[in-house]
Amino acid sequence: MIPVPEEKPETGAEQSSAERPESGLEPRGSEPARPAEPVVAGRERKGMFGVSGTGDTSGYGGLRLPAYSPPPAERPYGGWFDDFADEFYAALADNGIPAEAILQVTVDRGEITFYVAREHLVAICRTLRDDAGLRFELCSSVSGVDYGVDVPQRLHSVYHLTSMTYRRRIRLEVTLDVEDPHVPSIVDVYPTADWHERETYDMFGIVYDGHPALTRILMPDDWDGHPQRKDYPLGGIPVEYKGAEIPPPDTRRSYS
Amino acid sequence: MTTSDRLADATTGTDTTPEGADSVGYAAHRETTEGRVYTVSGGDWDDVLSDAAHDERMVINMGPQHPSTHGVLRLVLEMEGETVTQLRSVIGYLHTGIEKNCEYRTWTQGVTFVTRMDYLAPLSNEMGYCLAVEKLLGIEAPRRAQLLRVLLLELNRIGSHLVYIATGGMELGATTAMTLGFREREEVLHLLEHLTGLRMNHAFIRPGGLAQDMPEDFHEAVTEFCKVMDERLPLYDKLFTGQPIWRNRLKGVGYLPVDACLALGVTGPVLRSAGLPWDLRKVEPYSCYDEFEFDVPTSNDADCWARYLIRVEEMHQSLRIVRQVLKKLEPGPVMVEDKKIAWPAQLSISSDGMGNSLEHVRKIMGQSMESLIHHFKLVTEGFHVPPGQVYVPVESPRGELGYHLVSDGGTRPLRVHVREPSFVNLQSMPAMSEGGLVADVIAAIASIDPVMGGVDR
Repeated sequence: MIPVPEEKPETGAEQSSAERPESGLEPRGSEPARPAEPVVAGRERKGMFGVSGTGDTSGYGGLRLPAYSPPPAERPYGGWFDDFADEFYAALADNGIPAEAILQVTVDRGEITFYVAREHLVAICRTLRDDAGLRFELCSSVSGVDYGVDVPQRLHSVYHLTSMTYRRRIRLEVTLDVEDPHVPSIVDVYPTADWHERETYDMFGIVYDGHPALTRILMPDDWDGHPQRKDYPLGGIPVEYKGAEIPPPDTRRSYS
Repeated sequence: MTTSDRLADATTGTDTTPEGADSVGYAAHRETTEGRVYTVSGGDWDDVLSDAAHDERMVINMGPQHPSTHGVLRLVLEMEGETVTQLRSVIGYLHTGIEKNCEYRTWTQGVTFVTRMDYLAPLSNEMGYCLAVEKLLGIEAPRRAQLLRVLLLELNRIGSHLVYIATGGMELGATTAMTLGFREREEVLHLLEHLTGLRMNHAFIRPGGLAQDMPEDFHEAVTEFCKVMDERLPLYDKLFTGQPIWRNRLKGVGYLPVDACLALGVTGPVLRSAGLPWDLRKVEPYSCYDEFEFDVPTSNDADCWARYLIRVEEMHQSLRIVRQVLKKLEPGPVMVEDKKIAWPAQLSISSDGMGNSLEHVRKIMGQSMESLIHHFKLVTEGFHVPPGQVYVPVESPRGELGYHLVSDGGTRPLRVHVREPSFVNLQSMPAMSEGGLVADVIAAIASIDPVMGGVDR
């Protein structure tokens, strides 16, 4: 489950589009995004060369690398991100969506990511599409990511939205437990998400509640399992080339 | 006639009564020297059809093995007479698990996979993937590499649009379109083979730049190609643009206005045919595209005809860009300087296909132990990519081709997701064809020009 903060926010009921601040300021009644439980996007590493146990003669056996966690961004985000964030939070307040719906903001490599609470996802998308200052007309892509078996909230549903009016791109991300992989479907807002969500369901087993026909799309209907999960084997076979046998790619040594 | 005479009739349903025993139900006949001739008259076809049209719903499976569905695409059509009342596309027949496979290969090896997805625009795939990897790494390809990428991409765009005319024409019955289109495409493939070593699946654009520089005579080869295309492209106008059959098959067919395009996520020539000049080469220029002069053709008709005209015009514009690249090119490196990323390759053709040239291998082996170790590490282990995720879109011949790459800091991608324009655009098939005739379904698919290798990945 997505942790929802205990205290209910005082959403600025008096907030309206007309009262939006000119620049740089957070609108009243809406809290700036703050990190919830840190999002984990990677696995811990130890050693090197993919060797563990007594076979490790590399001397790197004690090397420990923590799992990567995308750092929460702090104001100013830089570029158009600040203007956009002001508009976005004001629009959220206008539509009665608590600021806590945004769990974390990350700015990395010139792209902005909003980690959102899944119960507000559809309302957020609708706001992003309809608000005159945001206008994200196009949902470019919906994809799933599986960060690995040991990672908490390993499944992510990632949405890439494009504003053709303002020429901006943002990313929304919902983190999910593998035991409870339910996300509300955004097909009502973006009909193009239909096949994207079916593909993500097919490949990752993320269930999009409210989707008109959530069936497998690429794999056969009676297929078992969800192939792009990290615990689903690749199923490679060894290949002979010039007399030598090349092991399948999933059993080759992985160095990282 | 007793009951026992009719026994066979009761069990098998065949009439075993003697000939002529009960002549009431027979049609009028006359005796001739050939034997007895019956004159049969029946109901009018219009009566038959008017009965059938409203009672009989037909569900027809078109594909996946059908010459007009543009690949292994299956369309389930619900029809009344020749009118399509419902259409559903079924895909997945060409699913090869490329995205999953990429997670088990190094970042550089991924190029070899993605180039096989949209096999009519392999270089666009390579471009999107490499731009995404470069964004993750925080590097930029050298200027010469960027310009040469543009050159290759535009040649590829011409080739892809030629196949659109060829296969689209063939599906609509214009087989001359096929022979013409594939003849010109062969010119493109010959040129690409000369430049990159392979006709398709080039794997020539690599993270950090290009696999290697162009051959010495490439300037002449490209100029010669432009000259040939200048002569040949007007043929399409002569043969198709003024041709009434072609026009009547396409005009007003497969209508998809701009709001429907946006709702369904449709991009590329289909979106531009609805009047929105959305071309990522113009609106989000990458790889020096902002330095080139070219036009983005649009139309307000939003039908298959407009899409045909737009694609033909885009070929002319691509030629324009190719010529500008030739003028801008200056000598320089085609791969980043950083030896921790730059793949040390010098390709040549030998008995078992393309690979590192022997001279280059000798040089590597003979240089120093350290550089040999380094080379070995780079090729087998690959380079580490800092953790994070990016989404990089490029304008492929079919629309927005986006790469969402996630790295966890290792030498292999954690996730490669491709936003394939064919996949997304194919969703508009019901909107384009329901309520129309079944023959127009073919025109609508052809106008989307999906590549099933990209749709199913």
